[in-house]
Amino acid sequence: MNYNWDWGVFLKSTGIGDEIYLDWFITGFGWTLAVALVAWTVALLLGSLLGVLRTVPNRWLSGIATVYVEIFRNVPLLVQLFLWYFLVPDLLPTPLETWFKQDLSPATSAYLSVIVCLGLFTAARVCEQVRTGIQALPKGQTAAAYALGFRLPQIYRQVLLPQAFRIIIPPLTSEFLNIFKNSAVASLIGLMELLAQTKQTAEFSANLFEAFTLATLIYFTLNMSLMLFMRFVEKKVAVPGQLAAGGK
Amino acid sequence: MRIAPRLLSSAIAIALLSAPAFAEELSGTLKKIKESGTVTLGHRDSSIPFSYLGNDPRQPIGYAHDLQLKVVEALKQKLELPELKVRYNLVTSQTRIPLVQNGTVDLECGSTTNNLERQKQVDFSVGIFEVGTRLLTKKTSGIADFADLKGKNVVTTAGTTSERLLKSMNADQQMGMNIISAKDHGESFLMLESGRAVAFMMDDVLLHGEMAKARKPDEWTVVGTPQSYEIYGCMLRKGDPAFKQVVDDALTATFKSGEINAIYDKWFLQPVPPKNLNLNFPMSEQFKKLVAEPTDKSAEQL
Repeated sequence: MNYNWDWGVFLKSTGIGDEIYLDWFITGFGWTLAVALVAWTVALLLGSLLGVLRTVPNRWLSGIATVYVEIFRNVPLLVQLFLWYFLVPDLLPTPLETWFKQDLSPATSAYLSVIVCLGLFTAARVCEQVRTGIQALPKGQTAAAYALGFRLPQIYRQVLLPQAFRIIIPPLTSEFLNIFKNSAVASLIGLMELLAQTKQTAEFSANLFEAFTLATLIYFTLNMSLMLFMRFVEKKVAVPGQLAAGGK
Repeated sequence: MRIAPRLLSSAIAIALLSAPAFAEELSGTLKKIKESGTVTLGHRDSSIPFSYLGNDPRQPIGYAHDLQLKVVEALKQKLELPELKVRYNLVTSQTRIPLVQNGTVDLECGSTTNNLERQKQVDFSVGIFEVGTRLLTKKTSGIADFADLKGKNVVTTAGTTSERLLKSMNADQQMGMNIISAKDHGESFLMLESGRAVAFMMDDVLLHGEMAKARKPDEWTVVGTPQSYEIYGCMLRKGDPAFKQVVDDALTATFKSGEINAIYDKWFLQPVPPKNLNLNFPMSEQFKKLVAEPTDKSAEQL
């Protein structure tokens, strides 16, 4: 294949101000982190709440959580993003709609849409993991807590959740990594995160393979470091003698 | 002593036999096409009216496609292959360069701008179209030229020259525009129509295409001094002069014979499928000049 390799392309000028292509990657990486970390916070909080709701002895509450999970888990992420970005603002009252579309900078309104979209989508998946974590605990735990006079919120806060979260750290880690990879959908509504900057570099410089190679390395290194960090967390919080204690 | 004349005569015989064969010696893409009996054409799916899928999803149509077929005719003659088969390969703006380079596609004609960066990766045919980058806006928006865009939201399609020009205007002239980079022209227009941006900067011919597709074409107008001119060309593999010669000759012949006028008329001044929209885009002075003096240089090199 007669491809003209040029690894020096990242240090070349983009032709805009004094920017070089590497600057684009750095900006893109910053947006990727900003999207993934904030969306993850939303997902973790909402997902845990929904996970608890799915297991409480109340048909209405668990029903609501189940419906939520089925909707958000069964609609493709990209479709959800387009709904949040193109459709939902049109359903808002006019002053809010104008504010969202015209007063906010385009990057901010795209950012908000992505955070909501990724946060709610991932919450459905976190919810299922929290539920399985709680259900994996022996029934005797709840019964014993009741016998000791705990009330339901106390049982969740002090008995079930601390154990459940320790059990689900490995699947939760992969969900955490997924949100970094899924954040690439933001490129499709004009947010200049890592993938968007990569495509832009590829288009402008015509050095497609170099650009995508660098992006691959960045995503890979980022996810590997997060995985190692989560493994460290898992070891650190393990309770000796418990199921989740480092697989002993 | 008896050997020398023999050697001499056999050398002459070999020279005589191989001389005509040498003249026919093919290499590169021409050899590949001759041997396989197939030429692979790269096309786009929605670059209206250059190269797109009309009513039949397997058959690309368009202005660039008609020119591509002129090249196929020339190949049939040059290679004496009346039965030459045409294989179509869909490309996108991201895949078009690698697919030409790695041999999947022999000739890509669509709406690809000839520029210096791309010339490092592929060769371009003589230019097949010339555009200027301008603005699409609502007639009532009060925007007449680029200077009116200060501090406004402007949309363009990601990865285009317009995107680079807008960013440069922000950097060099402190225009303070909010630039939205949409993923394709359809989405850019959606941003404009839904009020997220006041203007859409793009190649003028594509803006006319979007305007023709709009629900109320009368509401929109194309304004502004062109910020750059761009020449579209067909892409082929780099360093294959014999094949490039055939492509260039076929296109130049189409220009010189005046056939180009009929082809142009068909795609830019008549209703085109699938919705029977008329772009009403008369030939620009720049393009008339390009037809009169074909060149494979990019607009920035001229």
